Amino acid sequence: MAQVSMTVNGVAVSGDVEGRTLLSGFLRDHLGMTGTHVGCDTAQCGACVVHVDGQAVKSCNMLALEADGSEVGTIEGQATADGSLNTIQQAFQDHHGLQCGFCTPGMVMSAAALLKDNPRPTEAEIRHYLEGNLCRCTGYHNIVKAIMAASGQDVGSIAAE
Amino acid sequence: MYNFEFEKPSTIADAVAALGAEDAQALGGGQTLIPTLKQRLAAPSALVSLSGIAEMQGVCIEDDGSVAIGGATTHATVAREAAASYPALAALAGQIGDPAVRNRGTIGGSVANNDPAACYPAGVLGSGATVVTNTRQIAADDFFQGMFTTALDEGEIITQIRFPVPQAASYQKFLQPASRFALVGVYLARFADGVRVAVTGASEDGVFRWSEAEEALTKEFRADALMGLKVNPMNMIGDLHGSKDYRAHLVSVMTKRAVQACS
Repeated sequence: MAQVSMTVNGVAVSGDVEGRTLLSGFLRDHLGMTGTHVGCDTAQCGACVVHVDGQAVKSCNMLALEADGSEVGTIEGQATADGSLNTIQQAFQDHHGLQCGFCTPGMVMSAAALLKDNPRPTEAEIRHYLEGNLCRCTGYHNIVKAIMAASGQDVGSIAAE
Repeated sequence: MYNFEFEKPSTIADAVAALGAEDAQALGGGQTLIPTLKQRLAAPSALVSLSGIAEMQGVCIEDDGSVAIGGATTHATVAREAAASYPALAALAGQIGDPAVRNRGTIGGSVANNDPAACYPAGVLGSGATVVTNTRQIAADDFFQGMFTTALDEGEIITQIRFPVPQAASYQKFLQPASRFALVGVYLARFADGVRVAVTGASEDGVFRWSEAEEALTKEFRADALMGLKVNPMNMIGDLHGSKDYRAHLVSVMTKRAVQACS
């Protein structure tokens, strides 16, 4: 066992982990933060996306010890301090960007990473950026719409397919 | 996943020392290795992370104009930082996997793994790059030795890859959309003294140079110069995603597109 320390959503945390402990496992099993979902466990689906030092990564494909000393952001840190939804989350609700909701934490974290680098993405850029986030319910359409809306752009231009 | 010791040295020397332990293995970004460990296809005693070694990070321009990329540099960093100095290679890096994978996966990890469908081996071989390790410099033509096989010795680390910058270059990737690897990828680089064409995703022997196309394009740099040229389908990968003949055909198509993109 080795000690790992990091900040998660601005809070300093630490724990004893094995070499093989994944970041997703540390968040869920050690910290009890189960908002980060593990879908495929093969780095395909993106439900486990979190931010490590500001960058979107698949937490099921990164060792917890690799994040030692890092600033980690998870879905639990997206809502504002009073618990109300942030702009991206609200847009997902407004535009019905989720059905079962399993992929949503990863979708929101990917969307947040995209909008940080590219505050006004085109529809094509959004669809391209979400390549590593799978959703089996929505057909992606309303997710794309929600991210467009969260970026302050008109969603009327997205034609129904 | 079987358990292992984890080490994260901050210098190349310390990493080499740690890799001297029996069954220790280097860890780049882990985007292939961690899924492999989960499948229990490998059981190293220790993983030696290369992500904490500052001298293996980043993109810089050498005095001779070549672009040198640290072995632990992520695909996302290459896509961003090499965009001005070597656009075709930066574009290749920006097409690997998906954004979250590009934020972790490294050039050294990809090249050392030499997956037969990975993008970087085509970029390295097509550019005629030099693979720099902790002990020596290896020409790309000598480095790739067949599917998942390279010239690297046990415990040897790719510290840097140096790319001569061609007059024009293009990577044309026919995406396998489920894996986001290349079903066929062609990296074409045009230098003053000739054209290099490297193909990934297609051959059962991993990345290879298509010498007939190189000769034809060196004589005459036009897509029409490839008319009638085709790789031997017998040596191609055939699987449920594409037959041998299909991949052989794609090699010609993607090479033509690369020529057109450079013209």
